[in-house]
Amino acid sequence: MNRLLKNREILLTVIIAIMIAGFSTRAQGFAAPGNLANIFNDTSILIILALGQMTVILTKSIDLSVAANLAFTGMAVAMTNAAYPGLPLALLIVMAIGIGAFLGAINGYLVWALRIPPIVVTLGTLTIYRGMAFVLSGGGWVNAHQMGATFLNVPRLPVLGLPILSWIALLIVLGAWFVLTRLPFGRAAYASGGNPTAAVYAGIDIGWTKFIAFVVSGALAGLSGYLWVSRYAVAYVDIAAGFELDTVAACVIGGISIAGGIGSVAGAVLGALFLGVIKNALPVIGISPFAQMAISGIVIVLAVVFNARAERKAGRIILRDRGAKEVSA
Amino acid sequence: MSDAASSKRIIPDRLGSRTSRLLASWEVLLFGVAVLIFVFNSLASPYFLNAWNLSDATFNFTEKAMIAFAMALLVIAGEIDLSVAAIIALASTAMGAAAQAGIGTPSLVAIGIGTGLVCGAFNGLLVAGLKLPSIVVTIGTMSLFRGISYIVLGDQAYGKYPASFAYFGQGYVAWVFSFEFVLFIALAAAFGILLHATNFGRQVYVIGNNEFAARFSGIPVERVKFVLFLLTGLMAGVASVCLTSRLGSTRPSIAQGWELEVVTMVVLGGVSILGGAGTIAGVVIAAFVMGLVTFGLGLLNVPGIVMSIFVGLLLIVTIAIPIIARRIKEMS
Repeated sequence: MNRLLKNREILLTVIIAIMIAGFSTRAQGFAAPGNLANIFNDTSILIILALGQMTVILTKSIDLSVAANLAFTGMAVAMTNAAYPGLPLALLIVMAIGIGAFLGAINGYLVWALRIPPIVVTLGTLTIYRGMAFVLSGGGWVNAHQMGATFLNVPRLPVLGLPILSWIALLIVLGAWFVLTRLPFGRAAYASGGNPTAAVYAGIDIGWTKFIAFVVSGALAGLSGYLWVSRYAVAYVDIAAGFELDTVAACVIGGISIAGGIGSVAGAVLGALFLGVIKNALPVIGISPFAQMAISGIVIVLAVVFNARAERKAGRIILRDRGAKEVSA
Repeated sequence: MSDAASSKRIIPDRLGSRTSRLLASWEVLLFGVAVLIFVFNSLASPYFLNAWNLSDATFNFTEKAMIAFAMALLVIAGEIDLSVAAIIALASTAMGAAAQAGIGTPSLVAIGIGTGLVCGAFNGLLVAGLKLPSIVVTIGTMSLFRGISYIVLGDQAYGKYPASFAYFGQGYVAWVFSFEFVLFIALAAAFGILLHATNFGRQVYVIGNNEFAARFSGIPVERVKFVLFLLTGLMAGVASVCLTSRLGSTRPSIAQGWELEVVTMVVLGGVSILGGAGTIAGVVIAAFVMGLVTFGLGLLNVPGIVMSIFVGLLLIVTIAIPIIARRIKEMS
């Protein structure tokens, strides 16, 4: 099992390297360190969101409301900054994480206490949160000139050659690795997705684990809300529309099983980078940006097919399937 | 979906009569809600009680409801299709491209419905043939189908449809009864018979309740699922013909977000998202409820995105109520 996962990550790394090499034959300088750092920085927000999404997916759930959460939080933070330019940035970031975590907690509570299927809950809250962003802003925009200089510039400041945005992403990658592999919560998340029945017998509170996973995903979405608004220097209702699918795609490409319990932090990060490289390469090699959606679609479908085959080869699918059926019947 | 509490869910399945009574009361309850909304709307706006206005209001839900019928069967069988709105976009793009080439109305309809069937077959192959989880597969095909529309159209739009093509979305069969509304009623009857009065319908319920038992009973589970995806694609194609004809133009963003409204309609109609339970009558009433709510809010000048908050709340609240009610019942 472990070897299989390792293979997947190595395979993905090789594929990404081949892609970069291929693109650099078409466009000089694509593989230059500076450009690669740019691509990483450009993919940072996707990486952060994908790690939150991964935590939720591990527990056999899904969070489709992350992009709407991001839009609402981003709007709230941007409007606060525009109205009270004196507030320190740290407070605004805490506020973003807090609002995001609260919206995530609403999802988590509905899944935990009322046992409504996560896909239904988050499909509902997806429209509600985005609608609330509209109600909050009255449909208006917050533009660059209304935001403070610190608010806009901090994620761009270079530290040791990389912008702070990239460092935040790296920190969160490390944090996610630590939480998921070294803390009880991580074990509980894997266990409650991998085999819910066994997890209950092992004394794990599945509902609580799911709740925490949604709070984590919401908090990361909230943080991304600030990062997004600051990076693109504009806040409006439709920011990051449909981005929730990219986060799911990154997870699926990274080998995180949608049935729960399988996947690694490295996989999710590589999955996000895979999408990031494609997104950045399309304009460089002269393919219309309109093609990006179809390419993501093909990649998701192929990744799902590939995941299913990999899981079947491991000889686990029958056992897991039966367990899932017994539990959901 | 999981959890220790699911063992409790098995019990009502054994007590069939209680489940059916509960479901019956759900449709009655929903009908009561529809009547209430109707009365409230007619009091709130003087423009509501008008045959032509009400006829216009049906356009709010007829196309979505057509897909919801097929989606209901799919959800009862324990699967889901999130790519329906993208199928509408792709089918509409295919029809638009054909219309620019000067192809006549009958062929346009065939192209629209055919595209829907091909997309449905593709989903069906992936889910039933390769045994992949339908949620992720259809999230993928959702980007794929709409992505193809974006590749073809970019930021352009197709407009020049033949005049006779306008009938499907704008024509009236008799008095205030539009072609779409009549088609909606006919399809409701057809799907009602298919689900409640045929072998196939029984098989759909069995698969949703217990796929293993279905397999051991000799039900061709994969074939049934494939047919259900095909049916959903077909209905998305039909809806695409109606919508394209009504709008008279095609953009790649056509029907954006409809998959959510269709799923909401199905769930609001009392179909269990866990599979195994639900009726077409419930979906029909849910269609009217959603149509009346959006139409009423529209008359009160509520913006579309605020309406979507109501749709989202409606979805969560209607699922939460029976769960809370069941819990209170269990406690007593």
